[in-house]
Amino acid sequence: MGEVKTKPVERAEQGLWEKSYIPEILRGLSVTAGHFFRNISPRKSQRRIFTKNYPEEPTVYPERYRGLHRLMLRDDGQVRCVACMCCSTICPADCIHIEAGEHDDPSIEKYPAVFVIDELRCIVCGLCVEACPCDAIRMDSGRHIPPYTERNEAFFDRDLLMELGGLSQAKQGGDRTPAAAE
Amino acid sequence: MAEVLITLVKIIVIVFVFVLGVAGSMTLLGDRKQSARIQNRVGPNQAKFFGFSLLGFPHFIADGIKLVLKENIVPAQANKFLHTIAPALVFIPALIGWSVIPFMDHYCTGTVMTLPEHGYTEVCVDGEWKNYFSIMHMNSGVLFAFAIAAISVYGAAIAGWASNSKFSLLGGLRSSAQMISYEVAMGLSLAGALLIYGTLNINEMVRMQGNLLGDWLPMWGIVIQPLAFFLFLLAGLAETKRAPFDLPEGESEIVAGYLTEYTSMKFAMMQLAEYAATVFIAALVAVVFLGGWQMPWVYADGIRIFGNHWTPFGEEVWYYISIVLRIGAITFKILFLVWLQFMMRWTLPRFRYDQVMTLGWKILLPLSIANLFITAVIVTILA
Repeated sequence: MGEVKTKPVERAEQGLWEKSYIPEILRGLSVTAGHFFRNISPRKSQRRIFTKNYPEEPTVYPERYRGLHRLMLRDDGQVRCVACMCCSTICPADCIHIEAGEHDDPSIEKYPAVFVIDELRCIVCGLCVEACPCDAIRMDSGRHIPPYTERNEAFFDRDLLMELGGLSQAKQGGDRTPAAAE
Repeated sequence: MAEVLITLVKIIVIVFVFVLGVAGSMTLLGDRKQSARIQNRVGPNQAKFFGFSLLGFPHFIADGIKLVLKENIVPAQANKFLHTIAPALVFIPALIGWSVIPFMDHYCTGTVMTLPEHGYTEVCVDGEWKNYFSIMHMNSGVLFAFAIAAISVYGAAIAGWASNSKFSLLGGLRSSAQMISYEVAMGLSLAGALLIYGTLNINEMVRMQGNLLGDWLPMWGIVIQPLAFFLFLLAGLAETKRAPFDLPEGESEIVAGYLTEYTSMKFAMMQLAEYAATVFIAALVAVVFLGGWQMPWVYADGIRIFGNHWTPFGEEVWYYISIVLRIGAITFKILFLVWLQFMMRWTLPRFRYDQVMTLGWKILLPLSIANLFITAVIVTILA
């Protein structure tokens, strides 16, 4: 049998003051009463209530919060995505489904005829945003995925994702002149 | 006939409006909103009337509806009769005791005179006292109140036994042991006050507390019996089986004690009885130790302090003003004591069971006997 290692802990001695309980109970009451009266004070700035009434008062998300996806737009309002499949390739959850279509404009080549994100499968890693070569997909909408009652409500298709989208500051196609490369 | 009608009105106003109103709203405001504020939360506010959460009162109504609609379950092996009447045995004593609590002095049909030279007693000249402000005028009011309060231990014990559940039985045993232990300390701490007042009539006791020591200090029970006040308040807290003495329903050990097998309105009645008992203890403390309906320096015929006396608004109007002030005073005292008991609940952790027994038998009982002895000696010397 090995010896059990013990560590004696010094106990705080109770004097007559503590043992009579009443002053200590009053001290405890003053703490709770202090909280009570501070939190019912008419001046709301005095209160220390940290409950957030979430649905009524919106939560403030941090600036880089990864929220609902959005598809950015070109200057003429068309979808910016060129259906290069980078995002659906890198997606670890395999939640992006893209079917490419041929664009009328010969300088653009492709556009996503079908672009569906299954927000149920999305793990909100942000890799699709990193992978996108033309700033077409972003997660900076500042909203989280809304609650749904039917499963297919969580499938966000292209037009729904474009509603949140905006114009990108990046120049479409990029500038390929030698001056820009330097 | 008029007497009967007046009594009925008194019963309805005191028991159903005041007691059940306070007890009911305490379940909500005290237990939920107050605890929430103490813990820096907001408490229930999602049930709403027309978009207003109204301090959470719609939750109270929602709870009531929910409890009424719940299925009433009696365990298969339980004694059905006792299981059914046990909530009533807890609930009824909590309400009967109120019949002797005076909310105001008797109404005087003539004029009231205060005699400062006779300990500020009020006498009714050219008229008689009419008992309008307490349900029953009883010469042995304190005894009655204690006898009735002690009966509720049967309800808890029967509820624990009849449920045929180990947890219930343990809870019932714990509650009966605890209530009987603290009953002793409670009665003995009160005995000192009874020696001084020399009466068991609660209204008489409150009248005597109108005396002013040195013409300025109200001679309330807390002034002449300070130790007994603390002992009585502590024993009363234990008597109502609420935290920090809520061993009979210690959730972490015995689920919910004798309440374990109760559902729907039977459960609600047990809970409501507990709150009603809290309010009743508050009323007893207010009446015996905090001057009952007495308001400092306010008398039926004017304001008196340092030997001065003046009557604002004329005698007759002032009499009605004083009635309103005094009813307000006892209501405030009761509400304050109830608030204090709820504060205790959210301040102190629960005792261990042997600590509860030690506190009751080894600390409170000797202290209350010592208090009684010293009081008796002083009363004998002064008499």
